[in-house]
Amino acid sequence: MDLHLVPDAEETPAERAAVDHVLGPPESGWDGGARHDGAERNTARGGHDARGRRHLLLPTLWSLQERIGWISPGGLNYVCRRLTIPPADAYGVATFYALLAVEPRPARVVHVCEDLACRCHGSHDLIAQLEERFGTEGELSDDGSSTWYRSPCLGQCDRAPAVMLAVAGNEPLERVVAPAAAPGVLSLLAGGDAGPEPACIPPQLGEGSLRLLRRVGRVDPASLDDYRAHDGYAALRHAFSLGPEGVIRELKDSKLQGRGGAAFPTGVKWEAVARQPAQPHYLVCNADESEPGTFKDRVLLEGDPFAVIEAMTIAAYATNCTRGYVYMRGEYPQAHRALERALAQARSRGYLGDGILGERFSFEIEIRKGAGAYICGEETAIFESIEGKRGEPRNKPPFPVVEGLFGKPTVVNNVETLVNVLDVVLRSGPGFAETGTESSTGTKLFCLSGHVARPGVYEVPFGVTLRDLLDLAGGVPGGRSLQAVLMGGAAGGFLRPDELDLPLTFEGVREAKTTLGSGVVMALDDTVDLPRFLMRIAAFFRNESCGQCVPCRVGTVRQQEALARLLSGRTNGGVARELAVIAEVGQCMRDASICGLGQTASSAIESAIGRLGVFQGGAA
Amino acid sequence: MVELEVDGRPVKVFEGQTILDACRKVGIDTPTLCYGETLEPANVCRVCVVEVEGARVLAPACSRKVEAGMKVRTDSERVRHSRKLVLELLASSVDLSTTPVAPDYLARYAAEPERFGPQAPPDPGRDRRRTGHHVEPDGQMAATVHVPVKIDNDLYVRDYSKCILCYKCVDACGEQYQNTFAIHVAGRGFDARISTEYVAELPESACVYCGNCIAVCPTGALMFRSEHELREAGAWHEDEQTVTQTICPYCGVGCNLELHVQDNTIVKVTSPDDHDVTRGNLCIKGRFGFQHVQARDTGTD
Ligand SMILES: Cc1cc2nc3c(=O)[nH]c(=O)nc-3n(C[C@H](O)[C@H](O)[C@H](O)COP(=O)(O)O)c2cc1C
Ligand code: SF4
Ligand code: SF4
Ligand code: SF4
Ligand code: FES
Ligand code: FES
Repeated sequence: MDLHLVPDAEETPAERAAVDHVLGPPESGWDGGARHDGAERNTARGGHDARGRRHLLLPTLWSLQERIGWISPGGLNYVCRRLTIPPADAYGVATFYALLAVEPRPARVVHVCEDLACRCHGSHDLIAQLEERFGTEGELSDDGSSTWYRSPCLGQCDRAPAVMLAVAGNEPLERVVAPAAAPGVLSLLAGGDAGPEPACIPPQLGEGSLRLLRRVGRVDPASLDDYRAHDGYAALRHAFSLGPEGVIRELKDSKLQGRGGAAFPTGVKWEAVARQPAQPHYLVCNADESEPGTFKDRVLLEGDPFAVIEAMTIAAYATNCTRGYVYMRGEYPQAHRALERALAQARSRGYLGDGILGERFSFEIEIRKGAGAYICGEETAIFESIEGKRGEPRNKPPFPVVEGLFGKPTVVNNVETLVNVLDVVLRSGPGFAETGTESSTGTKLFCLSGHVARPGVYEVPFGVTLRDLLDLAGGVPGGRSLQAVLMGGAAGGFLRPDELDLPLTFEGVREAKTTLGSGVVMALDDTVDLPRFLMRIAAFFRNESCGQCVPCRVGTVRQQEALARLLSGRTNGGVARELAVIAEVGQCMRDASICGLGQTASSAIESAIGRLGVFQGGAA
Repeated sequence: MVELEVDGRPVKVFEGQTILDACRKVGIDTPTLCYGETLEPANVCRVCVVEVEGARVLAPACSRKVEAGMKVRTDSERVRHSRKLVLELLASSVDLSTTPVAPDYLARYAAEPERFGPQAPPDPGRDRRRTGHHVEPDGQMAATVHVPVKIDNDLYVRDYSKCILCYKCVDACGEQYQNTFAIHVAGRGFDARISTEYVAELPESACVYCGNCIAVCPTGALMFRSEHELREAGAWHEDEQTVTQTICPYCGVGCNLELHVQDNTIVKVTSPDDHDVTRGNLCIKGRFGFQHVQARDTGTD
């Protein structure tokens, strides 16, 4: 391939430094360094060698974004030269991610959440005030140094409304501020300071029944010693004595099911990968957590990062992986820093790397930072993203356990699933299964947000009712009444106030034709304008569809348009016809889309119509 | 051989073949748009979906490999529904006026794309929309992919209002044939589109004018400039054209050419998909060299 670069576009020294920050200085004239005569010209690192580093594309683009504030043609040219990637291809990748800009963008940007939980807590007012006092979305400040954009859920729904500040420069800054108010955001836009990071204190702090959250808020997330003083690394030692098959046996006995949304039995997945002859095997910890209303993995990562590392190490040991990735959404700067710090300590103390704890077992973990794409949480889109491509889901089969990351057998697990493994190993599989119900074992993290008195992540055994859970969070505040509960997030469904006795188990929700999804429980009081709320859900899916397949790419738009007509009353032939459009498009998306995004994009909307009777004047 | 059942009929095909192959073997005509005989299936349009017994969702016939004992339905209510909707969603957002198979498919599935409302006009800003954002619609017009037609070189025209995003041109230009990578999918969701880097005009891009993207494009979004101009003038008459087979004279490879001639003028050049040298592909000389031939013939250069 002959690399054709954007004509007349040279990188600036700052752009060169940003790229070299990730790739190291170029080794020869071939990959962008100075041309020298002599032997070096023949020992270039280009072609195949460079293409083997394709997976560094996203980190490199990120580096430009963080240090320069956008990806200019000159900057992209230099990336393409270093990695031997055609510019059209790299441009396609850059434009896939909402946090990367290919048009000039000021150094200081505030991303303002306009998503579901924040809508319950004044994001609408916040945005109206910004529009009035600063300017519309994307408009520059007077000195051209800042702007703001609307953002999907930032995973801070317990502190709504939330914003994220990103300041590009040699020492890039990313900070979440939540809850946020207009004066504070205006000050951020004017160059103000973001203040200290909030500590992570779960509402049930100190309760003896906590398993997954037992250390969160009590242990110093920056100290390996403190982690060890709180039982840390006991599970890994025990796992080594069980051996890989022993770990998998306990896991199967535990009946642990994935907590990322699909509830797949973890032991079965691990066994399938462990048995694959192809090498190497990869482990991916799914920390993309972008489902609106979900913030449980963030709490684990911020509050107990060593637990995630230890659990990944056990997973790698059991499934014969030597390399693991944590794919973490770009909107989690605090979790990113916590995990990075923990990884460095674990590495320097022999808990990662070669010969862990003196065993003949080596394992390394790398963080990959997402860049604003909900779809990259889908298990095959993650692979594409890590490989440096557009985050478009793959058609299945083949399944990840056979052909995953870099075409190799891969375990993908959610953060919460992995942290459960520590308990499975420590308490044995059957011991773990004593908690919860017959087919939903263990405890579950629920993300309570919206109109509850004490929002936050709650840990309860499977089987408690939705009513118990809402009571735990203090119920609906301010003397208002409950209108509906959104379960499972934007891809989930609504329940009515008369359905609160639902037992929260996988089988219970399945029977009730709803879902636990990623553990979202969003309470909506009677002030919520449900049709507008649905419009936001529709907008979310339209924005987050990867665009690959027709049912989802166009279907999400057609559903949103139908909702808009219902909202304005200017229907195309009456309410019934519009509801039919939504149902028919929904059926096609469910049946014919490539991935779970399209397959579930209409479920919340259809449940609001079917279960709550929205647009039909009352409950159905 | 693998034995399976399609619409109740037993059929045997080779291992590694697809449900589409099995359907063809028993004479079941399955609609396809993104599938191309010469390319790896992108399986993105979903017009070919079928019902596989026991599966939660429908499967794309064009890429799903057959399995022993599979029971496939190609004409169930669910299948007809999804195919109809896919066609409606496409026809309401894309200009299918030059997609040869469109009228037949739309009629076969009784598609009513008009039910989503009148189509939104072309938007020059579409090429640079901010990822993950959009202007909230009022629903009174159906959003479309319509953009002004791109005429930036002498050889071919890109009219992305007609693009169904089948990925074929990207695959042909990229790793499956040409290895030029001049074009790629950019943006996301409904704003996803075929683009060069930073929307550069074709002469500024890596394009080498092999025209292999035109050859695979199923919709006429990519078109010879000669064809585009004749169509604009209302003078494109496919039924009056003759097709002459010849061997490309420009080099020793020996590519087969099909010269499409209307009124004694070559209006486009293709190569047969099943030719074992070209598999439908050519280079700039074979594809567009006819312009030189004609320029010489008429004495005008
Ligand atoms: C659109 C979409 C987004 C997803 N996002 C996430 C996510 O952010 N985190 C996650 O753990 N799983 C997510 N999933 C589920 C994953 O595909 C996968 O099932 C999960 O990571 C497997 O891990 P588990 O077995 O531990 O649950 C998503 C799925 C879809 C379809
Ligand atoms: S369903 Fe949506 S997100 Fe999934 S592959 Fe299709 S277009 Fe992409
Ligand atoms: S003409 Fe050839 S090089 Fe140019 S875009 Fe098409 S396939 Fe690529
Ligand atoms: S231009 Fe043609 S070949 Fe390319 S994606 Fe669009 S319809 Fe397919
Ligand atoms: S942070 Fe705003 S909705 Fe989640
Ligand atoms: S032809 Fe099978 S998905 Fe397009």
